[in-house]
Amino acid sequence: MESELLLSLIVFLPALAALVLMLPLFSNQRPDAIRLLSLAATVAVFLLTVWMALDRPAGSDASTRFQVGEASMQDTFARDWIPSFNIYYFMGVDGISFTLVLLTSFVTMLSMGASWNITKHVKAYCILFLLLETGMLGVFLALDFFLFYVFWEVMLLPMYFLIGVWGGPRREYAAIKFFLFTLVGSVLMLIAILMLYFNSDLGRLSRDQLQASRVPNSVVQQVEQGGTEPIHTFNLLALAQMGQLPDSPFDKELWLGHSLQWWAFILLFIGFAIKVPVVPVHTWLPDAHVEAPTPISMILAGILLKMGGYGIIRICYPICPDAGYDLAYVVAGIGVLSMVYGAFAAMSQKDFKRLVAYSSVSHMGYVILGIGVWTAWAGTDYNSDYWSMGMNGAMFQMIAHGISSAGMFFLVGVIYDRVHHRNLDEFGGLFAKMPVYSGLAFGIFFAGLGLPGLCGFIGEVFVTLSVWTYSQALAVISASVVILTAGYILWTLQRVYLGPEYKGPHEDGIYPITPREIAIAAPLLAFAILFGVYPSAVFRYMTPSINKTVGDLATWTKEVKQPRIEAERSSEMELAQKP
Amino acid sequence: MSFQELIANLQYDTVDVSLSLFRPELAICATIVVMLLARLPRIRIDAFYVALVGSAVALWFAAPWRYLAAGATEAAGPQEIFTGMLIFDGLTVYFRSVLLLFAVLFIVMTRLSGIPDREDGADFYTLILGGTLGMCIMASANHLFTVFLGVEMASVPSYALAGMLKGRRQASEAALKYSVYGAGAAGVMLYGISLLGGALGSVHIPTMVTQLASMPAEALAERQTVLMLGGLMTMVGLAFKLSAVPFHFWCPDVFEGASAEVNAFLSVASKAAALALLLRVAIGFGHLPQQPAVENHVPPAAQAAVTAAQATLVSDAPYSAQEKANDDGLSPTRDYMVGIIALIAAITCTFGNLAAYAQTNIKRLFAYSTIAHAGYMMMPVAAAVALLGRDPPMAEKCVAALAFYVGVYLFMNLAAFAIIAFLRNAMRSEQIADYAGLVRHSPGLVVCFSIILISLIGLPFFSGFIAKYWAFYVLVPAQLIWLLVVGGLNTALSLFYYLRVIKTMTMDPEPADRLPVDFSMISAEGVYVALVSLPIVVLGLWPDPLMRWVDAACRQLVN
Repeated sequence: MESELLLSLIVFLPALAALVLMLPLFSNQRPDAIRLLSLAATVAVFLLTVWMALDRPAGSDASTRFQVGEASMQDTFARDWIPSFNIYYFMGVDGISFTLVLLTSFVTMLSMGASWNITKHVKAYCILFLLLETGMLGVFLALDFFLFYVFWEVMLLPMYFLIGVWGGPRREYAAIKFFLFTLVGSVLMLIAILMLYFNSDLGRLSRDQLQASRVPNSVVQQVEQGGTEPIHTFNLLALAQMGQLPDSPFDKELWLGHSLQWWAFILLFIGFAIKVPVVPVHTWLPDAHVEAPTPISMILAGILLKMGGYGIIRICYPICPDAGYDLAYVVAGIGVLSMVYGAFAAMSQKDFKRLVAYSSVSHMGYVILGIGVWTAWAGTDYNSDYWSMGMNGAMFQMIAHGISSAGMFFLVGVIYDRVHHRNLDEFGGLFAKMPVYSGLAFGIFFAGLGLPGLCGFIGEVFVTLSVWTYSQALAVISASVVILTAGYILWTLQRVYLGPEYKGPHEDGIYPITPREIAIAAPLLAFAILFGVYPSAVFRYMTPSINKTVGDLATWTKEVKQPRIEAERSSEMELAQKP
Repeated sequence: MSFQELIANLQYDTVDVSLSLFRPELAICATIVVMLLARLPRIRIDAFYVALVGSAVALWFAAPWRYLAAGATEAAGPQEIFTGMLIFDGLTVYFRSVLLLFAVLFIVMTRLSGIPDREDGADFYTLILGGTLGMCIMASANHLFTVFLGVEMASVPSYALAGMLKGRRQASEAALKYSVYGAGAAGVMLYGISLLGGALGSVHIPTMVTQLASMPAEALAERQTVLMLGGLMTMVGLAFKLSAVPFHFWCPDVFEGASAEVNAFLSVASKAAALALLLRVAIGFGHLPQQPAVENHVPPAAQAAVTAAQATLVSDAPYSAQEKANDDGLSPTRDYMVGIIALIAAITCTFGNLAAYAQTNIKRLFAYSTIAHAGYMMMPVAAAVALLGRDPPMAEKCVAALAFYVGVYLFMNLAAFAIIAFLRNAMRSEQIADYAGLVRHSPGLVVCFSIILISLIGLPFFSGFIAKYWAFYVLVPAQLIWLLVVGGLNTALSLFYYLRVIKTMTMDPEPADRLPVDFSMISAEGVYVALVSLPIVVLGLWPDPLMRWVDAACRQLVN
């Protein structure tokens, strides 16, 4: 299959299905037809991504399947979209985005399966759900900054309605809060996008760099013909190349003594950090999670939060490395703050879902920490291995958290469907009543806890280890968060599943887990175990690309940043020596 | 020049050059006359058909597809017509087409929504077309007299339209408020024009700006106060038409008092014309006209020679021309205008968005939304003026941003007011609270309305996003980052009240005391709403065709 067709199909198949669902043929009188068609669309997307993940048959290099071991972008294609603004329909995958695409299609499929007990306005629900999937996949596949932004915004509306119409009692408040937080973030991002765009110039790149950035040939020719006018671009790969030039066009001073890229980094980072979310801009998350219906919570925790991390890895650091280097400690500090705050907040919750939501804040803190640890220099030696380890850990943590948090939210939803409350103090004794469910829950909560042998462990260990060479204080704090995590998860398990008897209302409503529910929880647990004992299943796809990203930045640190720092230092020394 | 020659020149200019380019306006004039005749007891044709055919013919003459097609404007070029009173260029064509397209769609809408009734039809359409005529003149004004003339020709019918709902106290109050306010603003503006004219010795904009640029420094210093005051007072008239803060007070009251149909006219056509006029004045005073400005038209041979000379000059040395433009003595004027326009834009936008929160009446909400959007649309004008000296092609891009915004805004607000009018007919209410749970009665209508509102917020994939993006985009090269930040934050602010309407329609339970809603998408009204909403989606996904048109329209604006 052509890569253009394949990637477009992956992104737009759900939207097409949504269009089909809009036909009057489907009515709310026969909800199962609507659900089955939506499920079929999500399954089809999942199968397409799985097909891509399969190894290429030997000897066929024309295949569009994902090539394991290739670090750069694959399956790229670009088409004119809005030529007046140099905006392209430009997509592609590398290891970083591909694993997240797989996660997205997988979790979306499962949460569609979990949507069977949505009975209100099924048609509208399914249409919005499918549009949401298009937006999410588009964000991970877009390589044009404008296209990325468009998909990023496209997700907001379906999410708003899905929380606001199908959510819990305070759904409207939660929905608008989610919308407003994210919109503020994306407006800041838009400002940064425009600043970067107007200071970009493809003419600064060499022919090789242009080709590596997959700039279309017509534009390459235009660049080579030269001219005094700069050629602006939204191409994320080209912007990254420019950001890492020794005399980057983004280095010029903008305001208050800081460079353009410093401000762009701040704006972009706030935009992404809101999505992650990190403390102190996390407050939308507990509300949104608590009010959202179960399948939407799964998507929110499993995928939407990953977009923030993805944006930081793909956009913030490569395009604004100078600011990234200078602000590394701030970023890492924010990560640690989120970890600690999230863990303590989780511990004090009375609401089961709110607890899981705060655990997400805490776990996503590892991601920020792992990304932020800029240890291209270990002592006096040049060595980027630890940073690369942290980045790999952060990416792995995103995948692992996608699996475990989606599972945790689903399991909370299962018990909520039966007893219609989430008050942690009113559970207990569920093990006796629902043994299979409790077994699955133990597995998935342990995965969230980071028990060795389950997926949560790998990411946490990688991140914590990598921090040691950067800052021992942060390493000690982040390692001790593991104790807090264990504390709140074990305490939760004890209060909910153990104990002699169930203490809350609706006791007679409790029935064993259904096969449909098992079919959703079991794959999540299976992957949690698989990734725990065989992490290479994930690393084989993403490590080459992560190492390349880190390698490029490390080279930049060595060749550009270090001389710059030394020059600054010596000029300061001179100043100091003058009487 | 002897009297004979003068007459000959005038005749040549009027008959051979100007009138053929003035055909759309002439078509409207003819329509108005026919409509008045059609009232005679013997004839008795429904004014609706006359108005519809007349405005369609005018649109046909405006012919954007001919003038704005690839490569067409290069041939035509900007032309002063009627001895320099008006200017004919791509922008004239574009704005005239927008106004006339709006007139056609609007007339169809009024038929469907039933205001005006048959008796009032002739009056109503005469006022509408008369106003449109004034707006066309605003869009092509090149002389402060035509500026004033256009503003008055557009305003006076609007006063009457605001009071069209006879017997409603609110409507009469609105009309009175509007006309008193309008008269005041017009007086101030006229005074401003006379001050400017007195200080510069002419009211023909290109002549004035040439005067201004060539004025020695001490003379300029002497007249600075007069000039600044005159500029400020002229701006008052424009700000009134734009409903910009602090001259916006009429807007919510008029919108609440007048019918939704009239609101559509005021918020789209009137606004588009006011922005075009602002552009004409701001761009006109912001750069030197290339050709020596003469009030009387030169015969074709001489003009051709001038144009040819210009063409070689421009093609030989684009950069030197640009550098010259850098030092044309107008940068203080430009800085002054940028300051005023940007400040008013920022305040208008913020005020509109903040005041819209508390509204419970949908028409009042849209009044504030209109105010806010006037603010967004003034931002690229500020950017255009700021870039005129530095980077003329980019300045044209700014104007194109505004033109695109106006084109998109036409569909958004027309469709919104059409829905408001149809819903008023269906359930006799214009309160937002009565829209609650509407999704259960007519999901199609709610989807259309939601698309419009989301597009007004500026979210993709709808055309409002592209328009807003473009308007913000040009602020960066104009180095108006603070304005960009203001605009961005305003987008977040505006989220609340637009989304509240959507929330009410989709999430709230239906009120018990509402009349039963009688609206189906499978009806003329429903199809109309769908058709007018369609461009909002299509232009969001595929904006390129309209972008080409606006680019063509602005290509020769700045020399």
